[in-house]
Amino acid sequence: MHICTVTPISMTVGANRIVPAIAIPHPLGNPALKKDEEKALRRKIVMKALEALTTEVDGQTIFED
Amino acid sequence: MAKIKVVHYINQFFAQIGGEEKADYPAELRVGETVGPGLAFAANFKDEAEIIATIVCGDSYFNENLEKAKADILAMVKEQKPDVFIAGPAFNAGRYGVACGTIAAAVQEELGIPAVTGMYVENPGADMFKNHVYMIATKNNAAGMRGAVAKMAPLALKLGKGEPVGASAEEGYMPNGIRVNFFEKKRGSARAVDMLLKKLAGKPFETEYPMPNFDRVAPNPAVKDLAHAKIALVTSGGIVPKGNPDHIESSSASHYGEYDITGVTDLTEDTYETAHGGYDPVYANQDADRVLPIDVLRDMEKEGVIGELHHLFYTTVGNGTAVASAKAFAAEIGRKLKADGVDAVILTST
Amino acid sequence: MKLEMGYIHIKDIRFSEESRIQDGILYVSEKAVRETALEDEKLKSVSFDIARPGASVRITPVKDVIEPRVKVEGRGGIFPGIISKTDTVGEGKTYALKGMAVVTAGKIVGFQEGVIDMTGPGAEYTPFSKTLNLVMVCGAQEGIEPHEYEKAVRLAGFRVAVYIGELARTLTPDETTVYETYGLKEGIEKYPELPRVAYVQMLQSQGLLHDTYVYGVDAKRIVPTILSPTEIMDGAIVSGNCVSACDKNPTYVHLNNPVVHDLFEQHGKTLNFVCQIITNENVYLADKQRSSDWTAKLCRMLDLDGVIVSQEGFGNPDTDLIMNCKKIEAEGIKTVIITDEYAGRDGKSQSLADADTAADAVITGGNANQVVILPKLDKVIGTLDYITKIAGASEQTLHEDGSLEVELQVITGATNETGFNKLSAR
Repeated sequence: MHICTVTPISMTVGANRIVPAIAIPHPLGNPALKKDEEKALRRKIVMKALEALTTEVDGQTIFED
Repeated sequence: MAKIKVVHYINQFFAQIGGEEKADYPAELRVGETVGPGLAFAANFKDEAEIIATIVCGDSYFNENLEKAKADILAMVKEQKPDVFIAGPAFNAGRYGVACGTIAAAVQEELGIPAVTGMYVENPGADMFKNHVYMIATKNNAAGMRGAVAKMAPLALKLGKGEPVGASAEEGYMPNGIRVNFFEKKRGSARAVDMLLKKLAGKPFETEYPMPNFDRVAPNPAVKDLAHAKIALVTSGGIVPKGNPDHIESSSASHYGEYDITGVTDLTEDTYETAHGGYDPVYANQDADRVLPIDVLRDMEKEGVIGELHHLFYTTVGNGTAVASAKAFAAEIGRKLKADGVDAVILTST
Repeated sequence: MKLEMGYIHIKDIRFSEESRIQDGILYVSEKAVRETALEDEKLKSVSFDIARPGASVRITPVKDVIEPRVKVEGRGGIFPGIISKTDTVGEGKTYALKGMAVVTAGKIVGFQEGVIDMTGPGAEYTPFSKTLNLVMVCGAQEGIEPHEYEKAVRLAGFRVAVYIGELARTLTPDETTVYETYGLKEGIEKYPELPRVAYVQMLQSQGLLHDTYVYGVDAKRIVPTILSPTEIMDGAIVSGNCVSACDKNPTYVHLNNPVVHDLFEQHGKTLNFVCQIITNENVYLADKQRSSDWTAKLCRMLDLDGVIVSQEGFGNPDTDLIMNCKKIEAEGIKTVIITDEYAGRDGKSQSLADADTAADAVITGGNANQVVILPKLDKVIGTLDYITKIAGASEQTLHEDGSLEVELQVITGATNETGFNKLSAR
């Protein structure tokens, strides 16, 4: 599955399982947060990614919050 | 310099054998003869090329005996050993256009001899073959013969000589999916104003770039047993070991990297960096987990949320990298991941 | 707003004791410009050099290219909010030194900037092989962060360009052109039958070496807004932006924006050039959505009939471009978009990362992945040390005979998306 910020591109190029990320230079991070908060945020996104991998889909699907 | 040798393919009508009633004329090789439109080509070639043979074939014969006609004609062409093959022009004659496209493409693909044809854009043969063989856009009837030959002949010479071919707008061939740069007479902003004025007035205009299509794949079935699954990480964010040992380019990557993360639980400023030139690298260089989340996946591995994090990760730089390159990397990486028993991939992008 | 531009043609640049412009020749005191550049303590050193069109000279790594200008009448000064005090510009009288540029160069830690060849095949692809270039190669103090170094070089370039522009204040221009746009009501009354057209300019705003500034404000922090098209002629928009070199707009392009000029050509004749709308290309999806929503809304509120949209950059900004196009078209307003392409070295790959059928009128600045061989030239201003790291280059770039195998991507301004050049593709 695809973790990315610009989900419209992911849709255009044909990814089937998509999870939105935070920002282009730090898709799985946020430098404004403290280290442990940032790691928790990263874990949340990866958990979403695992949810996408374990979910049956018919076609292109964006797994938002 | 030796004259470029040309074999020319025409139908029964242009060979002046007859019209519809002679469309069943079998393929015939006329060595040393220049026939019908061939004369216009010869005039255009002057000293640089000569038609060493003309092949005549009825349009119905070709289309109704496809395999035999193709095979016979290919054998004729092979024997003549031309430098370039010209078919038509077919203008708006449908069966003729399909025949020209079919035979020109076959000569190119199976004999490796460059070919050029010509027809009207709405000829059924156009959509079928314009991406396979250079196809000059002609008028929709034989009154356009002079204009057609004026474009087909120089292109045939270039192909015969092995010279580079310019952009479709320059040479007059139908856009064939291969983008070629060239210099226009006016700058882009002036062309933009011209195009907008036409569009506003409801007048026809031609876009310089038709929107692309991307392929689709069917989604895979979901991972059933996550707690025992092997998950791999792949990224286009350019995360590499510090120093970029394999010199992955900051743009237009020519290759990908495969790196072992056995025992690595966290990516740090001292051990990893990004090679990607398309985003502010500061955040990824400080902590590459922000692009390649190894730290949290290791935690999940330890906790039993996933079975295993694959000991290799794959990386390239997405910045300005051609789709065809990305596709080729993916095919290889996919094969390796499958061979290594990986169940699912998390792909991250920047 | 009405601005009278005076153009002074510069025939040569020479170093001299005293800076002045005389008979079309710019005499520059190296001492004076060095002092101006080194006003910022973050810069340790600067060396000046002159590169003339046709000379066997390669300039690299290029950061910015700036045209010297001076405001002789009207509010404010050149580069408002940056060098000049904050004030609204775009009115009165401004002089520009044509045929020359200030080029900043020097090492920056990161993915290096562009190449300008003054002769040879490379010269065909950059507009700056045709300008007399005063090059300033800037070195940073030890321990400076990349962001700080970039800013120091950027501002030093503007200071030097303003210093040189100032030398023209009392001259008489060789030619003048008047640019005037009207308020909404006045414009409709004056040109009731002409289609109402605006220029939507997308500004790159993605961080280090990918930033743009509007009256000194970082474009990633703006919401889409309206400018009078003459404001850019006084430096309202400047570049902090140089990677990839082929399609980032140096400040020279902002000052001379060709869409603005070509729309002015037709203004009052075939169209009513209403205004310029600027928007950004941020790194957050929500920002992309908001900015394109607002841009389309502004177009609608201005009752426009058509717009030209220019992009800056490639990849994720293709989404901003397509969002702008789709949403503006959905308001019943016709669009023409200007972009460049990344179709791969063989020209066979998809040129854009995003697409929509609404984008049916596209102007292209060419395929940036096209490979060219740049022959060895006699002199390098700057350094070739980073040449293999430049976006568009690779480990294979440096040939034994000293020639460079690179993509057009590395050449400053080669595939410019404001339509500055004649390069195109089909």
